[in-house]
Amino acid sequence: MRRIVLVILSTITTVVLLFSYHTSTSTTFATSPLTQLPASPGASPRSPSPNKSGSSTSRSSPATYTGGSADTRWGPVQVQITVQGGKITTSQAVQYPQNNGRDAEINGFALPILNQEVVQQQSASIDTVSGATVTSDGYLQSLQSAIDQAHL
Amino acid sequence: MGMPISIHVRSPDVDSPMVARVVEDAFDLVRQADRLFSPYKEDSEVSRIRRAELDPAKADPLVQQVVTLCRQAGELTQGAFTELLPDEQGALGFDPTGLVKGWAADRAASRLADLPGASFCLNAGGDVVVGGATVEPTAGSEAVWRVGIEDPRDRSRIAEVVELHHGGVATSGAAARGAHLYDPLTQTFVNRPGSVTVVGPSLMWADVWATALFVGPASLPHRFSQVAGGYRMVSL
Repeated sequence: MRRIVLVILSTITTVVLLFSYHTSTSTTFATSPLTQLPASPGASPRSPSPNKSGSSTSRSSPATYTGGSADTRWGPVQVQITVQGGKITTSQAVQYPQNNGRDAEINGFALPILNQEVVQQQSASIDTVSGATVTSDGYLQSLQSAIDQAHL
Repeated sequence: MGMPISIHVRSPDVDSPMVARVVEDAFDLVRQADRLFSPYKEDSEVSRIRRAELDPAKADPLVQQVVTLCRQAGELTQGAFTELLPDEQGALGFDPTGLVKGWAADRAASRLADLPGASFCLNAGGDVVVGGATVEPTAGSEAVWRVGIEDPRDRSRIAEVVELHHGGVATSGAAARGAHLYDPLTQTFVNRPGSVTVVGPSLMWADVWATALFVGPASLPHRFSQVAGGYRMVSL
């Protein structure tokens, strides 16, 4: 099982795209700017020196990795993961747009979902999720960068 | 709204230039579709058709193919699928996005299927197409993908898991983006709880049916069971 996880994570390729959807006339978080990130298929930003605060060789001690900051139209997004036993046990955005009340409100709603989705996908030993999901591009970019650093 | 698309490849030589090239080709196919079909790009063919600057009969052959598929989708779903969507003023305009997403993902998937000895999973904003293995894989094989179906009432949970090695899994619901799904029969946007997932050989048809079954009348599942051979639905 661990081998499969390794294969998946080491081969993940993510690109930000672009299809446009009509949203409803009703106001919901569905129209959150956080999910309306611009197309920026450039490489994930990487920090030259991983903010590693533990050992990845021991299966028992958790290690923390912080992804590079991904620029979005609304500001930088940066994701931090904790890895234990080759699995992501927590994921959280340590930097995200909160320039105004609306940003803070939207991100307060969206980020816990994204954080949980990352952990959930691993703990349920599933490969991918089908759903009415629109995951934030900036979050994915920074997450990928953190995963790369963790050599998962 | 931007939509993330990810491609996962499982292969003994996943770092090879060939894998990189085929994955890039697959993304190019999706980018090409976006250039032709995005209603948010001023110069896309769809935008030009919407402004009546381009006759669909003279559009790119791919656009004409999609127009034909939209007509078939409308007929198969007895009108529960439409490519004519209301704009903010309520005027109906040509917008095949609901079909193009799956269509483009299927095209990208057919390119990925060229990779020998590999299996792949492409996730386009929550709709998934997998494939690549040429022989019937055994359970637990790397050709089998476990696709979790999000619980529409608690999106941090996985309600069900579908295992497959070929085909598409599409989910429609109002959980992520509110009432964005339009019912052409009642001419309203649908905002009910729950979701419909359809699993079958083509992601495009799975997606067309998932949307039609989510917004459509109570009689539609019967029609689906009659005309959509090889497809099954999961209602949550």
